[in-house]
Amino acid sequence: MDYTLLFVQTLNGLQLGLLLFLVASGLTLVFGILNFVNLAHGSIYMIGAFIGASLTLWLGNFLIAVVIALPIIGLVGYAIEKFVARRLYEKDHLDHVLGTFGLILVLDTLAHLIWGPEGISVPLPGWLDGQVELFAGVVVPTYRLLIITAGLSVAGGLVWLVNYTRLGMLIRAGASNRTMVSALGIDIQLLFALVFALGAMLAGLAGMLITPITEASIGMGGQIIITAFVVIIIGGIGSMKGAFIAAILVGMIDTLGRAYLADIFALVMSPSAAETSAPSVSSMLIYILMAAILAVRPQGLFPPKARP
Amino acid sequence: MKSMSRTSWITLAGMAALLILPPLFLWSGNEFYLQLATRLVILAIAAVSLNLVLGYGGLVSFGHAAYIGIGAYAVGIPAYHETYGGFDSIASYDGLFHVALAVGISALFALVTGAISLRTKGVYFIMITMAFGQMAYYLFFSINEYGGDDGLVIDVRSEVPGLNLDNPLQLYLLSYVALVAAMLIVRTIINSRFGMVIKGAKGNNDRLVGLGYNTYLYRLAAYVISGAMAGFAGALLGNFTTFISPEMMGWTRSGELMFMVILGGAATTFGPVLGAVIFILLEEILSSYTIFWQLPFGLILIGVVLFARGGLMGFLTTKWRKP
Amino acid sequence: MKRLLISAAIAALITAPAFAAEVKIGFVTTLTTGAAVIGKDIQKAVNLAVEQMGGKMGPLDINLIYADDGFKPETGKQATDKLVKQDKVDFVAGYIWSNVLLASRKSVLDAGKFLITANAGPGPIAGKLCNKNLFSSSWQNDETPMAMGEVLNQNGVKSLYIIAPNYAAGKGMVAGVKRTFKGEIKGTDMTTWPTQLDFSAELAKAKASGADGLFVFYPGKAGGAFMKQYQQAGLKDSLPLYTVFTVDALSLPKFQAANFTDVLGSQFTQQWDPTLDNPQNKRFVSEFRAKYGSYPSFYAAQAYDAMFLIRSAVEAVNGDLTNMDGMRTAMESANYPSVRGKYTYGNNHMPIQNYYLRQVVKDSDGNWTTKVVKTVFKNHQDSYAKDCSL
Repeated sequence: MDYTLLFVQTLNGLQLGLLLFLVASGLTLVFGILNFVNLAHGSIYMIGAFIGASLTLWLGNFLIAVVIALPIIGLVGYAIEKFVARRLYEKDHLDHVLGTFGLILVLDTLAHLIWGPEGISVPLPGWLDGQVELFAGVVVPTYRLLIITAGLSVAGGLVWLVNYTRLGMLIRAGASNRTMVSALGIDIQLLFALVFALGAMLAGLAGMLITPITEASIGMGGQIIITAFVVIIIGGIGSMKGAFIAAILVGMIDTLGRAYLADIFALVMSPSAAETSAPSVSSMLIYILMAAILAVRPQGLFPPKARP
Repeated sequence: MKSMSRTSWITLAGMAALLILPPLFLWSGNEFYLQLATRLVILAIAAVSLNLVLGYGGLVSFGHAAYIGIGAYAVGIPAYHETYGGFDSIASYDGLFHVALAVGISALFALVTGAISLRTKGVYFIMITMAFGQMAYYLFFSINEYGGDDGLVIDVRSEVPGLNLDNPLQLYLLSYVALVAAMLIVRTIINSRFGMVIKGAKGNNDRLVGLGYNTYLYRLAAYVISGAMAGFAGALLGNFTTFISPEMMGWTRSGELMFMVILGGAATTFGPVLGAVIFILLEEILSSYTIFWQLPFGLILIGVVLFARGGLMGFLTTKWRKP
Repeated sequence: MKRLLISAAIAALITAPAFAAEVKIGFVTTLTTGAAVIGKDIQKAVNLAVEQMGGKMGPLDINLIYADDGFKPETGKQATDKLVKQDKVDFVAGYIWSNVLLASRKSVLDAGKFLITANAGPGPIAGKLCNKNLFSSSWQNDETPMAMGEVLNQNGVKSLYIIAPNYAAGKGMVAGVKRTFKGEIKGTDMTTWPTQLDFSAELAKAKASGADGLFVFYPGKAGGAFMKQYQQAGLKDSLPLYTVFTVDALSLPKFQAANFTDVLGSQFTQQWDPTLDNPQNKRFVSEFRAKYGSYPSFYAAQAYDAMFLIRSAVEAVNGDLTNMDGMRTAMESANYPSVRGKYTYGNNHMPIQNYYLRQVVKDSDGNWTTKVVKTVFKNHQDSYAKDCSL
């Protein structure tokens, strides 16, 4: 067993998991507090990527672009909440799924109209574009470490926000008792809009962070949204802790599956059959995991305690 | 009672139009529109079957496209082996065998996945059915023998006694008869005591459990029936397109089926059919004008969810009802 | 709903069959999703060809109908059905993706129409599924990577790691390079297509394998993603990269905008290059650049050729589109000015042509483009031709 390789692959899994957490945390926040299923969360991720990429090319600096793009994607989220999402809260989950499914079609086509089909590549600043030798033989791209750092910081920030701030208190109260929050003289509609915008910023940040690795492109949201849903279902919808653990779990399983499944399969089948079946089975792994967990725990690993 | 008769009238008129118009397309040299109608009717069967669980039972299955795919592969795989050899026990061109396989495997898949999914509620149910759909998607994706994600071309259509499915009109009429049968089956189920329990559990599950009904088993039975019927639709679709790919089982396809049911009117006999008709026509008309057709299409979808409670059937029947 | 259906029926009944003096060409390509960037470039080339032809092929007016395959086999097949059954086209051309072509070919050929693939070249259509009415203006999938395998041998590469997407063309590319490469294959990763765009796990494996070189095939946006991650992983010196269809005229301007200098100097094989010295190519490249401001991609070049191939058929029969045999014979002779220079057709209607090693360089204005380094194969025929019964 090559432990250096295993370590590198674990880091890769961690990085993918943290990226998933950024998307899933917004999703679970919106679901947990607004009880709203937002399939279009992936499209917000895509729009975030496009805004970030356009600004990077315009300003010539990726990090500054991200800082400026974050409030913009927050505003986009706010607008989506105001014009579409808000009207759906009172309806049932089926309507949420269909309405936001329609929203995906609209947002993806709009992105195609605005940015064209090409997609946008963005350059990284020189100091991020290289590699770091963590210890002998373990060389990892610097930028991947940045994603890991950013993901962990956001996770920490969310814990602080939800547990130690007034906004967080309101958010927690809003989830468990809407009428009480309203009685306290808090504008619950504004609170909900802010939560939605925060979720949009988290998704947008994930989109911006992935862009230097892949690129901003049409349809990138449709691929991540289903995985993000799997994450929050495994974790227990509405639970931030669950989303974090499940995201890391899914990221690890996906990456390690891609890395080692072919070798494992090769023990029992021909190498060429192993090469071609392993990637598909590894993409099935997370769904198998989800089905297995829900079969035992129908509400996920960490079901939130109270529901309104 | 007045709106009841309106509903029946719309249903009969709609079904009559579906019977008469498509052959006219063929005879006037517009075979493509007959093909469009065939696809539409086959998807309508799937929508009718989804309506049984989604509309009447309140069980939002987000993975129904998987059954269509299973049904289509149940035609393609035996035909493939009959043509190219191997796997003799299932190699066949026999349509009845294909249908038996399509319905049987779909029912089995529905039984296993339903047994797990029905333990969950609400959005968990939506997502777990979606996850099982994606599993089926990746399963066929991974089988190289049947083309993986390139899909499988069906060289020879099912052989059905007394019919020639290569004849587009015969294929259409067979699909039409199947649609009528599917509607009658769902109607019969819904008006039976079994159907009462399914509908009752949608409104108040706890009360029915209190009355001593094992609603879990009732729901599972409905889920299996629905899956089997969608599998049958898949067998027809395989014969129609003569090509199958895992793409047909993806979550967006499941979403489209849900949209058909809601658009036409959930928990009505004709609603899902009407929804399928409008869906296919909208897609066809909009996409002939612009490659950006998904923009107006998405807006219509949002509009339907926001404003058209009860779908088109609800709209048609309430509008005409005298105050 | 009913009124809609009735008016559709009336419209259908009164539509008279078209008998204007025109040749109808259906062009199936990708106009939506991120892959539409390829379809757009193809459209540019086809429109340019029609413009240069003055809108006519022989005595007939060109009636060109584009159809979107949505990057999906099923949608592509539906679009093809509509072209054949409703628009009643005389030629169906295009097809970027092997899986879309495999799904759609039967619809065209069963209707007795000509099918011209302008890119996709999966093995079966060159072998056991070859058809008298199916022609290619591109290549068979295996050939370009076979040329690359030969380059690897010439460069003294002893061992290779392979990463490619897990679909028809990806498998063909891997089969192709393995057919000619004489060294050791250290490992092969087939990734989920088209969703997987993060190759960290595969790159880490490739690096750990200790191979001399890395061979990849990633068309479209996946190619850009792969190249970036390769640069970020810093593998340029330890694990040199050899690609096919991954770097093209569509991705180079994006790489240049992102100042992504690792791409400069990278080499890949192809049957065409904008610098090939023949009058048709010079005209194509200069007018394309004048009109659209960018270099044409190889996709564009092949689509452009497809239009001239069709014109040669229509002209040979002087516009008598019922003379299928005459048009077929004309196309079999490949007697038209191709941008790749003169080539011939094999029994399976796949080109027998040269393959070149191309390299990314800056042109005199500083734009990133390619030049020919050397000819790898002369008059190369694909390896499936013997399975074709024509």
